[in-house]
Amino acid sequence: MSQTILTKSGSAGFLNPKKRLTLTWVLFLLPALFIYLTFMAGPLFDSLRLSLYTGQGYTPTEFVGFQNYINLFTNPLWREKFINAFTNTCIFFSIHMLVQNTLGLLFANLLSTDFKGRNFFRTVIFAPATLSVLVVGFLWTLILNPQWGAVNKILIAMDLKQLALPWLGRESLALPVISLTSVWQWVGMPTVMFLAGLMGISDELLEAARIDGASEWDIFWRIKFPLLKPVIGVVAILTFVDNFNAFDIIYAMAGAKGEPGYSTDLLATLFYRTGIAGEHPVGIPDMGMGAAIATMTFAILMTGVLSWLYLSRKQETE
Amino acid sequence: MRWNRLQLFFTYVVLTIWSVIVLFPIWTLLINSFKPQKQIFKDPFGLPETFTLDGYREAWNTGRFDLYFINTIIVTVIALGLILFIGSMAAYALAKWKSPVANFLYIFFIAGLMIPIRLGTLDLVRLIKALNLQDTYWSLVPVYVAMGMPIATFVLTAFIKELPGEMFEAAKIDGASEWQVYTRIVLPLMRPAMATVAIFNMIKIWNDFWFPLVFIRAEESRTVALGVSLLFGQYRTDWTRALAVLSLAAVPMLILYVLLAREFIKGLTAGAVKG
Repeated sequence: MSQTILTKSGSAGFLNPKKRLTLTWVLFLLPALFIYLTFMAGPLFDSLRLSLYTGQGYTPTEFVGFQNYINLFTNPLWREKFINAFTNTCIFFSIHMLVQNTLGLLFANLLSTDFKGRNFFRTVIFAPATLSVLVVGFLWTLILNPQWGAVNKILIAMDLKQLALPWLGRESLALPVISLTSVWQWVGMPTVMFLAGLMGISDELLEAARIDGASEWDIFWRIKFPLLKPVIGVVAILTFVDNFNAFDIIYAMAGAKGEPGYSTDLLATLFYRTGIAGEHPVGIPDMGMGAAIATMTFAILMTGVLSWLYLSRKQETE
Repeated sequence: MRWNRLQLFFTYVVLTIWSVIVLFPIWTLLINSFKPQKQIFKDPFGLPETFTLDGYREAWNTGRFDLYFINTIIVTVIALGLILFIGSMAAYALAKWKSPVANFLYIFFIAGLMIPIRLGTLDLVRLIKALNLQDTYWSLVPVYVAMGMPIATFVLTAFIKELPGEMFEAAKIDGASEWQVYTRIVLPLMRPAMATVAIFNMIKIWNDFWFPLVFIRAEESRTVALGVSLLFGQYRTDWTRALAVLSLAAVPMLILYVLLAREFIKGLTAGAVKG
């Protein structure tokens, strides 16, 4: 179909060649632009608009201006929920940033030397990233099951009974444990990215440093780390975007309510309960408020991404 | 030299420990899905003494996993086909059209790499209802295609820009239209980049849980991810079935990964090449 359109436009004699070419490019872009606008960019911006309305069900019609936002920040009930979800999301992100990316850097550094089995290890480290988050979450709830799970069985067998804790049942433990499960799944991503960065560093440079008697530790901090800075930036921003938007792992391991006692509630689970599922006892979604939470998440993401862009530009020009 | 040995030793120790941490859960998942419940609890780490397919039979028959697989395959294949076709057309224009409009649209497309489409869910729910697609797996297709546009334009535009320009010029002097250049020259050359885009999106779409959760209730439209979440809830106390369900969801991707590890790794990290 597109072909006939294009040949037609090609033979449209009344257009000069330059205009004709422009028309061709527009036609090439049109399908992608249409679907991207209709199903991604449009809904995204319309969700911002939706946050200015209230009403129950799928057509919030009553315009209330910034009332949803005012409620979100001043109504103690909403404020507590939002601050709780925001704090938890920050913790969730920080654990990824620290543990996942440090491990990734370590693994990449080890994998960047030549030894037997290197490809095997790389393949294994990355493997969980291809699994569904949901499957990983469910699998680990079984492994962490206080009574029958493998983790506690091993701990008891090692005579460490006092360490065999209810990993997902205790408020102080659940969020870090779920974060570490997610780290288990995703650590392959920073590993591979850092590895690509390390492979780009010239061997002569490292060899010269070694001949000068530098230790591997010095080489890492003085040569590799500074040269990896751009990659570290990319990894950091991806970690930020992915984790400020996490939902599946919480849903699988702690339910949509972020059990126990909302201690694992993230922005995305709060958004889901408020705007889509509807929360007990009302059970009816409040789309306007849901949209307000989504907009706040959007604002947080944009602030992060834009300041990253600004900083990396600045570093480039320096 | 002694230092090097020590370093190699350290490398092996660290990587082996992590590999055990990665492989052990996957191993126990697969191995225990063939054991009766009692044996899972008694001996969770050994090979099955009595081998059973009960869990799989149950998941396949009562759980309608056959249906979930077909649904997911249909959605994934159609969405991937459209992403590659529409995305590569757009990428060709974005790479070759020298105009500020093209530059702007390029940035507009790749901005989607940093903004999760989920934040627009509420409006998408209304849109899907308006299109009368709720509760069907067709609701997922346009959303996944839109979701695939940023990565497709990002990877494919960069790839076309790298191609030597003389090739296009020669074809055009011979009188080929842009459409002919695209189908006869660009598409065949683009295969490796298309593979990267396909794998990236395949994993995202196959594993997506959010949109099926929001759009679909009816059993006949469920995808694997949605089926897993519902069945796992039901079977929570019956570990043989629960593990069989998880294995069914995990194994197809794992097999593909083992066969195509290099492409998978390249595909999944494609979004991060330059940021």
